[in-house]
Amino acid sequence: MTSGALIGLAYIVGIIFIVGIVYRIYLYLATPAPLPIATTPAPTTVPGAAVRVAGDVVLFQNLLKYDKPLWLGAWLFHVGLFLILASHLRYLLYPVPGVVVDLQTLGVYAGFIFPIPLLYLLWRRLALKRVLYVSGVPDLGVLILLGLIAGSGILMKYAAHVYLVDVKAFVVGLLTFQPIAPPAQPVFIVHFLLVLALMLYFPFSKLMHAGGIFFSPTRYQPYKTLERRYVNPWDIDKG
Amino acid sequence: MTSIIPAPDLLEDATAKLTCYPAKPKDLRQIALPLARVPNWQQKAIEKFAELLRKYKSLQVYMDICARCGACADKCQFFLGTGDPNNMPVARAELMRSVYRRYFTPEGRMFGAAVDAYDFDEAMLQKWYTYFYQCSECRRCSVFCPYGVDTAEITMAAREIMASIGVATKYVTEVVAKVYQLGNNLGIPPPAWIDNCQFLEEELKAQTGKDIRLPVDEQGAQVLLVAPSADNFANTNTMMAYGILFHALGVSWTTSTYCNEGGNFGLFLDFQNLKKVNQRIVDAARQLKVKQIIWGECGHAWRAGILTDTLNGPLDFLEVPHPVHICQYTAAMLKRGAFKLDKTANDDVRVTYHDPCNPARAGQLLEEPREILRASCNHFVEMRPDTIRERTYCCGAGGGLLTDEIMPIRMAGGKPRAEACRATGANVMATPCAICKAQLPEVMKHWKVDCEISGVHDLLVKAMVL
Repeated sequence: MTSGALIGLAYIVGIIFIVGIVYRIYLYLATPAPLPIATTPAPTTVPGAAVRVAGDVVLFQNLLKYDKPLWLGAWLFHVGLFLILASHLRYLLYPVPGVVVDLQTLGVYAGFIFPIPLLYLLWRRLALKRVLYVSGVPDLGVLILLGLIAGSGILMKYAAHVYLVDVKAFVVGLLTFQPIAPPAQPVFIVHFLLVLALMLYFPFSKLMHAGGIFFSPTRYQPYKTLERRYVNPWDIDKG
Repeated sequence: MTSIIPAPDLLEDATAKLTCYPAKPKDLRQIALPLARVPNWQQKAIEKFAELLRKYKSLQVYMDICARCGACADKCQFFLGTGDPNNMPVARAELMRSVYRRYFTPEGRMFGAAVDAYDFDEAMLQKWYTYFYQCSECRRCSVFCPYGVDTAEITMAAREIMASIGVATKYVTEVVAKVYQLGNNLGIPPPAWIDNCQFLEEELKAQTGKDIRLPVDEQGAQVLLVAPSADNFANTNTMMAYGILFHALGVSWTTSTYCNEGGNFGLFLDFQNLKKVNQRIVDAARQLKVKQIIWGECGHAWRAGILTDTLNGPLDFLEVPHPVHICQYTAAMLKRGAFKLDKTANDDVRVTYHDPCNPARAGQLLEEPREILRASCNHFVEMRPDTIRERTYCCGAGGGLLTDEIMPIRMAGGKPRAEACRATGANVMATPCAICKAQLPEVMKHWKVDCEISGVHDLLVKAMVL
């Protein structure tokens, strides 16, 4: 693949990724929640409900309470992803913020550990009959894709070394619309293409749970029937 | 911890043939739905789907974000009881999501079955009709979901789409039609309602020696009680208990023959009927010029009850707080020391409490019924923690499933509740829900658990010293 084609592809995918996510989040924001449907027992205040959602986002609290093995797998998986992504910020930012530098070691550990929860989640999909029944190509595919991305990343760090400066120059070039040729190593090109595939898939898939989790009415709504009237925006006239 | 009954092996299509009887035109006419499957029903269904996606954030978000992790898979009583994989909440919702992907997402339009996107064809409609009427909209699955995805929202939307093209069940449409004709789900005409109340007043006189009234259509009473009509007809102990309660408090109250029903089967059908059924409660309160509406011992009534202000409000002609559930009302009175109670009157009773789905998971009503039972009985025992409160199992007949043609589903769905009850050795199970009260005796008989079903207030008034 020529540099030009790769750069062109990166921009196209980048646009689809951003427009797709913005559109989806806009949909979640703009679609009304006509009725109060908090699952109870629920917090009775807005800050209380915010804490409930934060618990969902940060701790996966329903899994923590009721499905410990899945919680451990899913939580390590997501924390690993988060740390790896955070430590990748050093390829994008100049100067590199101190916190990103501090995260570096953690990010490297996370990169090593990440395949373990990933393999667990993959094993779980295939081994538990009930989960296998509801698993399709997309569910397995996205895990395999993430595994390949992680694998190619680890390869670059320890086997087929790619210079950080080259990567950074390439990425910053893309972000500042002054694209330059990518590092020539095939393993980098593979890693980069796989990430583009993930970005292309993201806005159209269940991966949107990443943003959607903030918009789940059963969780973000407080239970309050005694105070102000809850108004249904598409049914006010006769109300 | 394994569930109270172990998760079964998957038995594909185990309950595929267990469907509710289809609606009759005479009932559909009453409730403003198409009398038969409309021409170009596929297109109409997809248009309705699009409309609901625009109207309900829950539906839009829940169509997108499920990761199919399977945390909910073994949490549904209908799956535990039947083993049919389509009764796993995630798979039930997939029936709708696969159609969503096909018509509303670019990858579904492009890649179809490869990304689990399927046409809304006759076979799919049949699956919807079968499995969205094997869901009791109890929300138990949502408690275990990392995102709180609520299958009840999905089932409700699927049923609304089906209703809009003329596909609904006989039981649900018949009940809603009866409300419009006669004011209640059972179809009790006003004279019979009045007769029953008079008969129960005589019964109360015989039992207590006192003139305890069950007032009907009394203008200017303090309280309008909207109880399930079954309390007037089948669960008469609960009806009499309301009488004793208000008598002991010296509060004037009434029922209404225009609206002698709290239960709202519109919840199981579509928004327009949900709203219209609930409107009758507010209209009755205005007609009778009451100051408070109190919802009786009915699970779905309370689910709709908490929506009343939104659906039919503002309720500013009523005293705050509103809405009020009878258990909240009674528990508040208990705290004030309004009753004289002799718990030993219930010493023959080892009672456990069944949380109906809607009060527990939609209505924040977890403590009050327990406070009432603890105040009235010396022997109160809880069932296993994973079978009560927000993790309560549905009785197996909520959500419009209390109909005899799907008895195997009902009994299978009731099994976790029956087994949890058996393990306590309780001889009475108290519950504030008319559907539970109709379903659970059959469940206990079927699974050979020796336990009677009772209302919560039945036990309170038994302990009350008048």
